[in-house]
Amino acid sequence: MTDFITPSTQLKSRKSAEQRFRWYGRGAIFVSLAFLVVMVGSILYKGSGAFTTTDVAIVVDLGPDAVDPANPQDARFEKIVKDALKARFPEATKRADRRKLYGLVSNDAGFELERFVLANPDAIGTQARVWFRASDDFDILLKGTVDRDVDESERRLSDQEIGWIDRLVADGDVKRGFNWSFFTNGDSREPELAGILSALVGSALTLLVCFCFSFPVGILAAIYLEEFAPKNRFSDIIEVNINNLAAVPSIVFGLLGLSMLLNTFGMPRSSPLVGGLVLSLMTLPTIIIAARASLRAVPPSIREAALGMGASPVQATFHHVAPLALPGILTGTIVGMAQALGETAPLLMIGMVAFIVDVPQSILEPATALPVQIFLWADAPERAFLEKTSAAIIVLLLSLITMNLLAIVLRRRFEKRF
Amino acid sequence: MSKTAIISAKDVNVFYGEKQALDKINLDIPENKVTSLIGPSGCGKSTFLRSINRMNDLVDICRVEGSITIKGQDIYAPEVDVVALRAKVGMVFQKPNPFPKSIYENVAYGPKIHGLAKSKTDMDEIVEWSLIKAGLWKEVKDRLDQPGTGLSGGQQQRLCIARTIAVKPQVVLMDEPCSALDPIATAIIEELIDELRSNFTIVIVTHSMQQAARVSQRTAFFHLGELVESGSTKTIFTSPEDERTQNYIMGRIG
Repeated sequence: MTDFITPSTQLKSRKSAEQRFRWYGRGAIFVSLAFLVVMVGSILYKGSGAFTTTDVAIVVDLGPDAVDPANPQDARFEKIVKDALKARFPEATKRADRRKLYGLVSNDAGFELERFVLANPDAIGTQARVWFRASDDFDILLKGTVDRDVDESERRLSDQEIGWIDRLVADGDVKRGFNWSFFTNGDSREPELAGILSALVGSALTLLVCFCFSFPVGILAAIYLEEFAPKNRFSDIIEVNINNLAAVPSIVFGLLGLSMLLNTFGMPRSSPLVGGLVLSLMTLPTIIIAARASLRAVPPSIREAALGMGASPVQATFHHVAPLALPGILTGTIVGMAQALGETAPLLMIGMVAFIVDVPQSILEPATALPVQIFLWADAPERAFLEKTSAAIIVLLLSLITMNLLAIVLRRRFEKRF
Repeated sequence: MSKTAIISAKDVNVFYGEKQALDKINLDIPENKVTSLIGPSGCGKSTFLRSINRMNDLVDICRVEGSITIKGQDIYAPEVDVVALRAKVGMVFQKPNPFPKSIYENVAYGPKIHGLAKSKTDMDEIVEWSLIKAGLWKEVKDRLDQPGTGLSGGQQQRLCIARTIAVKPQVVLMDEPCSALDPIATAIIEELIDELRSNFTIVIVTHSMQQAARVSQRTAFFHLGELVESGSTKTIFTSPEDERTQNYIMGRIG
């Protein structure tokens, strides 16, 4: 009689094999999670600094010699700021020292003062205490990114500059705050002024173009291939080529965009229009493959039911099959869009790597995109761009997470039992 | 060949690629009667059923020779519109396959695409008539807006019948409509089939000889792609001419 209680050696080894496999699986998940934590953690750690900024208060003389009450916009604001800095630290008399002194505030200080004066006409004729954006070196010194203890010759800031900064801090003339301008400014050569908005808008416009082109074309191609095209050698060749297209390196699409869209058709260089079209070449195969897979997953009984009632093939497809495949199609589309959002190489080829300060207003204006902005900042020499790079990555990751959440929400909403 | 035949098949050969599935089928199907097609698996009875509304067209490699006429019209003539044909020759499938939509929409879909209802009231009437005819009205009249897929298997199959007759076809083809159902649901559907034959000509494929004996007036026995014998159900079951029919009915083959 068989004994169900005492385990045989064969059973034991089978059991331990099962256990071993479970631990392998857990190990694999742990390793991938650990990588993710390290990556996201280091980005968050490095990038968090970019979301705060440093402002410094300086008393400026807006007396009648400096600002004409009748024509305040004609005043030489940059000179007023410099004079105010000289008055604050009169010991800086040499040319070189003064240059360092002026470097405490951002290059933009003159414009900041102009905006302040135009917004507060009451201040004209007085000694006003105005907040200016501190320079990037000042900012990262306070954030602790720069080590004060290394030898002076190896620092960007001299002991003298650090002394001024410490005095400003001691006098309560320095404040830290949330860096709103990071989200409202375009790119800049000055790290303290550089913002993500132009890249964000550029990415959004590019994705819009990409979606408007690749979604309808991809879906129509998928529906035709899956539901209507005769199955023969020709459709096999098309299928193989679509799969191949999905594996083509993206830079090749960039070169195609450069030679076809820019050089042959003369479309505007660096524009989201061209960027979107090039990216849609990349997303098309993804969308077609995903849409075909989800169309194929619709049970044939639904098709038979519709056709058996005398629905035409087009009616059967659009009334019954396509709506059931929609969640899968949308998921595939969003995955494709997310790929497109993170794509850099083809955009480099069509000139979207340009230094764009202004926020693009239309798909025909020069623009850049988030991943390209990351590439540009990662390449910048200023130390403070390091945290901007990480901050841009955070914004990109957040956009990706938003898109993936959208995919889940859409799938939940359209999913039907059958 | 009786004069009341609505469907008549002459020398029908059906091929799947190189393989011949039906060999020279000649069969007349009388109007307003239930004709059952019986035979062992793979004998070609479903293939024959599916050539009556040209569902075989959906299979790329399928080829039909010979002629099938419905009310004298050759349905394989080049000028025939398949969509119009299928509206006149409805089909109920083996597995209940309601659309994943509401009960109302399931029934209203056919009339809608064929433009049979002029107004909402018209449509409501068609839906109610079809559901009453399918014996489902009492069970679902309070929940017409609920998904058809939420019904039990037997109810789903009756919903599929309601959906088919809502288009007012002349012929209803049924491909083993009860094979996925329990005996009680089967009994209800069989009763329904008997009632429906006053309005429609019904052709049913079945694996159950008892079912064929219960619901049909005419029976055709298929074996290995041939039509072995056809005639009134009573004759086929009591005094079959062919030995193969006899063996099948006695349970010796199949």
